[in-house]
Amino acid sequence: MDILNLEGTEDTPKIILDKGNGIYEISGRSLPEDSAEFYQPVLDWISEYSGSPNPSTEFMFKLEYFNTASSKLILDVLSALEDIDGVTIIWYFHEDDEDMEEAGEEFSELVEIPFEFKTY
Amino acid sequence: MKYIFDLHQTMLDHHLILVYEGEFTQEITKSVLAMAERNMDSSGEESSTKRKVFNVMVECLQNIVKHADEVDHNHAAVFMIGKHENEYIIISGNPIRRENVASLKEKLEHINSLDKDGLKGLYKDIIKSTEISDKGGAGLGFVDMARKSGQKLDFDFLEMEDGNSFFCLKSCIARS
Repeated sequence: MDILNLEGTEDTPKIILDKGNGIYEISGRSLPEDSAEFYQPVLDWISEYSGSPNPSTEFMFKLEYFNTASSKLILDVLSALEDIDGVTIIWYFHEDDEDMEEAGEEFSELVEIPFEFKTY
Repeated sequence: MKYIFDLHQTMLDHHLILVYEGEFTQEITKSVLAMAERNMDSSGEESSTKRKVFNVMVECLQNIVKHADEVDHNHAAVFMIGKHENEYIIISGNPIRRENVASLKEKLEHINSLDKDGLKGLYKDIIKSTEISDKGGAGLGFVDMARKSGQKLDFDFLEMEDGNSFFCLKSCIARS
């Protein structure tokens, strides 16, 4: 399956989705002008991946900042992952970033997927 | 030429560190954010304060990009940041058509009536039920601004000559 690899910019996150190497990562800043359009390839990739997922999937979010439109799309990404067996969300937040920690907790309350919280 | 001095003096009197008036786009949003970040970095601002200011600025600027109504004589808006001893103040002003005033006012008054847990509940209700609008918004911007600032949103609608309104919004972020 193809690797999705997007370089991060000042307003879009870095994204690597690589089934072969077991890397699933969204990191950096997310405040694109059109969040729905930006995240569509991610949702498409997950949809294809759900047809033949690896036995376990550690999906990592390491976001420094995301806007509210992105938060809706992050929930859509989590909802798409919810239907795949063996998915764990690794939610990174900066150790003094309570808002990002709380955001992760709120997402974990909205979907039925195990979350692991890690600081950096 | 006196207006130049007056404008300068007004900015000093109101502790404004950044004022932008004109067209608002995503590119301009990025530039304004970068300027504000540089200012906060160079003054050694606490990272938690910086993050909250950044957060409220993004929602405020993107609100204007997405939602400012195009009224006949003026498509422009204004955005300002004030820096006081104890807080940052983020202010925006943009035209809004008269028929949209009542619903926006109601929305903001509802947000201001809620406490911390109420806002969290509203955020979760909206994010679960909302679809991204044609304009690209999730309907969460004001709720998020109220949550991140931890204070009521201050707003006003000033009547313009053409019968439309100028929507002013002010958020305060305490400096830690």
